[in-house]
Amino acid sequence: MAELNSKIPKGQLAEKWTNYKDNIALVNPANKRRLEVIVVGTGLAGASAAASLAEMGFKVKNYCYQDSPRRAHSIAAQGGINAAKNYQNDGDSVYRLFYDTIKGGDYRAREANVYRLAEVSNAIIDQCVAQGVPFAREYGGLLDNRSFGGAQVSRTFYARGQTGQQLLLGAYSALSRQVKKGNVELFTRHEMLDVVLVEGRARGIIVRNMVTGEIERHAAHAVVLATGGYGNVFFLSTNAMGSNTTAIWKAFRRGAVFGNPCFTQIHPTCIPVHGDFQSKLTLMSESLRNDGRIWVPKQKEDAEKIRKGTLLPTQIKEEDRDYYLERRYPAFGNLVPRDVASRAAKERCDAGFGVGETGLAVYLDFSDAINRLGKSTIEARYGNLFQMYEKIVDENPYKTPMMIYPAVHYTMGGLWVDYELMTTIPGLFAIGEANFSDHGANRLGASALMQGLADGYFVLPYTIQNYLADQISVPKFSNDLPEFKLTEEEAVNRLKKLMNVRGKNTVDSFHKKLGHIMWEYVGMGRNAEGLKKAITEIRALREEFWKDVKIPGEMNEINPELEKASRVADFLELGELMARDALHRDESCGGHFREEFQTTEGEALRNDQEFMYAAAWEFTGDTQEPKLNKEVLDYEFVEVKQRNYK
Amino acid sequence: MDLTLKIWRQKNAASKGKFVTYKISDISPNSSFLEMMDILNESLVLCGEDPVAFDHDCREGICGACSMYINGHPHGPDKAITTCQLHMRRFKDGETIVIEPWRARPFPVLKDLIVDRTAFDKIIQAGGYVSVNTGGIPDANSIPIPKVKADLSMDAAACIGCGACVAACKNASAMLFVAAKVSQFALLPQGRVEASERVQAMVAEMDNLGFGNCTNTGACEAECPKEISISNIARMNREFLSAKLGAQKPSGRTGSDA
Ligand SMILES: Cc1cc2nc3c(=O)[nH]c(=O)nc-3n(C[C@H](O)[C@H](O)[C@H](O)COP(=O)(O)OP(=O)(O)OC[C@H]3O[C@@H](n4cnc5c(N)ncnc54)[C@H](O)[C@@H]3O)c2cc1C
Ligand code: FES
Repeated sequence: MAELNSKIPKGQLAEKWTNYKDNIALVNPANKRRLEVIVVGTGLAGASAAASLAEMGFKVKNYCYQDSPRRAHSIAAQGGINAAKNYQNDGDSVYRLFYDTIKGGDYRAREANVYRLAEVSNAIIDQCVAQGVPFAREYGGLLDNRSFGGAQVSRTFYARGQTGQQLLLGAYSALSRQVKKGNVELFTRHEMLDVVLVEGRARGIIVRNMVTGEIERHAAHAVVLATGGYGNVFFLSTNAMGSNTTAIWKAFRRGAVFGNPCFTQIHPTCIPVHGDFQSKLTLMSESLRNDGRIWVPKQKEDAEKIRKGTLLPTQIKEEDRDYYLERRYPAFGNLVPRDVASRAAKERCDAGFGVGETGLAVYLDFSDAINRLGKSTIEARYGNLFQMYEKIVDENPYKTPMMIYPAVHYTMGGLWVDYELMTTIPGLFAIGEANFSDHGANRLGASALMQGLADGYFVLPYTIQNYLADQISVPKFSNDLPEFKLTEEEAVNRLKKLMNVRGKNTVDSFHKKLGHIMWEYVGMGRNAEGLKKAITEIRALREEFWKDVKIPGEMNEINPELEKASRVADFLELGELMARDALHRDESCGGHFREEFQTTEGEALRNDQEFMYAAAWEFTGDTQEPKLNKEVLDYEFVEVKQRNYK
Repeated sequence: MDLTLKIWRQKNAASKGKFVTYKISDISPNSSFLEMMDILNESLVLCGEDPVAFDHDCREGICGACSMYINGHPHGPDKAITTCQLHMRRFKDGETIVIEPWRARPFPVLKDLIVDRTAFDKIIQAGGYVSVNTGGIPDANSIPIPKVKADLSMDAAACIGCGACVAACKNASAMLFVAAKVSQFALLPQGRVEASERVQAMVAEMDNLGFGNCTNTGACEAECPKEISISNIARMNREFLSAKLGAQKPSGRTGSDA
């Protein structure tokens, strides 16, 4: 059985991280040079960790599946990054950021980790500015901020609608500097297929060179997974096409426990689905809710006419519009957290007030803001997002309200990690979206970038030393050890098996079916009956996949269909675990909404007596059910309340 | 919509490529260009043929992965968008569309429409950064930066590294790419410190990797999906010249980077 020791340091909340750092073992410079670390992933978490570790003197190997580290999915983040700077003098503080994050996560995250996150948030902004990240500024030359959901202060730093891009390019430049110095070896177009354990510790990975198809063995003293989230299990999501679960799923199968797999974030403002050929969904940044107002028609008849195309939204009078977020949540209005905003949109559409051809859309309207601030101000704030919208939908959002609908966006779940960001496999760390993270059951906007960079720049580089300090006498690993050969063989056999199915249906057709099951039963609203159905249907689909998938080409060449198949095979296993986790959690919390558990007003109803824990699932074999472990969450410093944004 | 596609097929870097013609029908004008390619590939797979390989990831115009040369233009006929942002409503029913990879010596074709752009990473590695280590940094607001400069820097920093500028240029010059990075830093106080070494190192690496010279045709700017201005090239030339003239002696480099 996996042992869950969260290793939370003793002491007052505000002192824990300092105490920890003061007391851990460090590795001296001469020894650092002899220690090798594998970092899989070049997103915000991976690139910042690889660069920082290399600057400290460790020898780093860094991997990504794209052709360049700069293209990691983090590049697509739009809206911004939080920090507790209180530059706006609006009462922000480390404690308030910590508190908002804990509350936003519906009291399902670990206090000590979240406090640390808030504590290092300010250093991230300093670091990025020093790297030459061109954040938005005010006329006086100081940094500008905007507001995001779930907060009553302005603490979000941004670079137009391209914050993720600019932060990632900052980390990429730091990484590039270390590549030049010979401290980081880059492996682009390399996909990790498995992790290699030697005597119970993570000592390397098996990767596929995606150009030559060769399977390679790479060894190191420790392995860090920074491979991002698994939202693509839903097929349609805002994630990049290649985002996958393979690395963390294989780690799970090798013994790392998986935390809260069912905690998925459905983002309220995405461009609605428009056809079954659709390959992905596009986010419209949450920052738009600073100036956009969300509404649907008050009258069903109006909604019907709009759906038929006989009435335009601009023709609906002010008093006939239902600004339902402002109505239901006057204190936070359009800036309620994502889970709340998404459910409210679904509620209106299910009740027949939805707009767009499908009725699965609501309006995000900028006309008030344009009247108040002028078109040019709105253009300066969101120009690239408006352009993106117009390109896809072929409508001008300056003139007619945007149509939006919730879509899968982020996964709070991931590999369970302790305070040191180590999984239950010694020497295997998980950072960024890949871990089960600091966001509990719901992540606040602009906090993923913060967490990725906190983990990579400021947390892991310390905590990993506490592990590596007693590894200094371990000589460089040979990848000829039997464990490496065996794991490689298993990876090769699995790919061969996939190629040899020679069925009749494409990988995408299976992925779409899986996505449909997940969205229907493990999506925004879940119930026991549906979840049981999902488990049965996913199993059946998995079997069918292994009998009927068709992959053209060869293994030893560029083969995108094979890449996809290998990822979908893992999603087909993960989906079942997500449903299982959702089924066992007989409560609603954050993004996990069980229809059986809601207040009379339709809000999520937690059950703290029974479920105030992180669910940590343990793999027990292909034919057996996974085992549930619990990390009970102790709230020592905040009072646990029912969330209220009214 | 019904379309005829003439697509460059090339098995791998070593083999010769050729155009192959495909017919495709019933395409929704609302689908994106890459969704149209997905539909083609689904049908190829079902017929047991090798699907067309192409780079893509974010499908929203920011990662810089997609890279198709469509009807004689990098990223197709529309201005200021990437291939993945192009929609089929831009084309006419019955049209013939010619699809090729980027063609430039420093970007060899790996398969079909996929090229190798690691040369861009190498240019950044040569000097596209500010030499600061993690930690020990003064407060972010300790140096105010005029908004105008920060905005100009952001304009340059918007480059997605797709390589359309190189593909558009008859000389396969990477000047716009390099100039964008040089400018982003040259405009900020944090980047000024190493401006002189940076521009020299990056230009030297660019030449070294076999990118061609700039003859001011302006094709790069015209085809850039992020509308990076050619004025960045002028700025880079000024930076380069003053660096060569030694007007700005190297200063302030940290010991570890010397
Ligand atoms: C459209 C969009 C907008 C967003 N906007 C915001 C925002 O404004 N603010 C905010 O805070 N958050 C935002 N987010 C969330 C945030 O962007 C992500 O959570 C975060 O960037 C994840 O970073 P990461 O480093 O953990 O992983 P990623 O950036 O996903 O990087 C994963 C890396 O792992 C590599 N990898 C994955 N699998 C493998 C494998 N098997 N083998 C080898 N390499 C592998 C990839 O190549 C990549 O380099 C947004 C997300 C989306 C989708
Ligand atoms: S796929 Fe990312 S820019 Fe086109």
